[in-house]
Amino acid sequence: MCETCGCGDPEIVPVEVQERILSDNDAQAAHNRRHFEGLAVLAINLMGSPGAGKTAVLEATARAAGGRLRLGAVSGDLATDRDADRLNAAGIRSTTITTGSACHLDARLVHHTLHHAPCSDCDVFFIENVGNLVCPAIYDLGQAANVVALSVTEGEDKPLKYPVMFQKADLVLLTKVDLIPHLDFDVHAVEDALSRVMPDAKLLKVSAKTGEGIDAWLEWLEAQRPAQRSGSTSLEHHAHSHEHSHEHH
Amino acid sequence: MHEYSIVGSLIDRVQQEAVLHGSTRVHRLHVKIGELAGVELDLLKTAFDTFRERTICEGAELAIDSVAAVWACPSCDRVIARGAVLRCDTCGRPARMIHGDEIILERIEMEAPDV
Repeated sequence: MCETCGCGDPEIVPVEVQERILSDNDAQAAHNRRHFEGLAVLAINLMGSPGAGKTAVLEATARAAGGRLRLGAVSGDLATDRDADRLNAAGIRSTTITTGSACHLDARLVHHTLHHAPCSDCDVFFIENVGNLVCPAIYDLGQAANVVALSVTEGEDKPLKYPVMFQKADLVLLTKVDLIPHLDFDVHAVEDALSRVMPDAKLLKVSAKTGEGIDAWLEWLEAQRPAQRSGSTSLEHHAHSHEHSHEHH
Repeated sequence: MHEYSIVGSLIDRVQQEAVLHGSTRVHRLHVKIGELAGVELDLLKTAFDTFRERTICEGAELAIDSVAAVWACPSCDRVIARGAVLRCDTCGRPARMIHGDEIILERIEMEAPDV
């Protein structure tokens, strides 16, 4: 009851929270990150528009790596297993997270997948996000780096139109560069656009079709890899701060 | 689209605070959303209006404080102008975002006998 005037109205009080609304996802992402780091697995969150060439780049990566790197992946897909099928055929052990109508992956979905399809024997684990230049940027998954695939057919101004995605990128892969001779595409214009939305902009030009730039992409991946496995945390033996039940494989 | 998932997390969080304080009615939520947080304010309001029904937030108002994006040099603190290259002219270092990516629940106004 209101104690100011005794009017009988309930008292309304302000309760300070000052917390990120997605703090649950952040905590789960931190948990995933500890797994990846403990296992010395380089986790890459690969994002981009539908049709930007994310899966094709990974197929080309497997071809070029030729067994030098052990690659694993999980693909976010609204309705099909097609990406995971392609990646498995390319030699990247892969599973699908079928998101239904959800437009992005979140840390909980990735964590759940890791329990059923462990990444512990991978050097690099790709999280191929749902094709979308907006929503995936909001959700930390526990990755070591964000990579955005941008195809030359999408136009040079995409970074300016989708700054939230590109500001979070550690690397942009400009894909399908074999098509440039057939297009009015200005690489300098996309570099300029990136420099205005992405601090420390880094761009690699690649073609999954011809293999151009894939070696440079592999070098970039090698440079990001953690030095060695700490053994302090593993998927097989670890504590959860949250309650859930599942089998550890 | 992800605005719906953000509102889901928001209402869950408010529910936790309401239980903690023995409240059964929430009047207003104050949230802070950065310009470059990737959250569309109109969609957030629509999602809130849709999802608050039959929750602790039914009838509650969503007050949004929108925060402009500010980038600055991590060395000399010089602010980088909007639309400019995100690198300090003087120090040559990549800019760092000072404001603009907030997605924060700041405060809840609730009827609370236990506070």
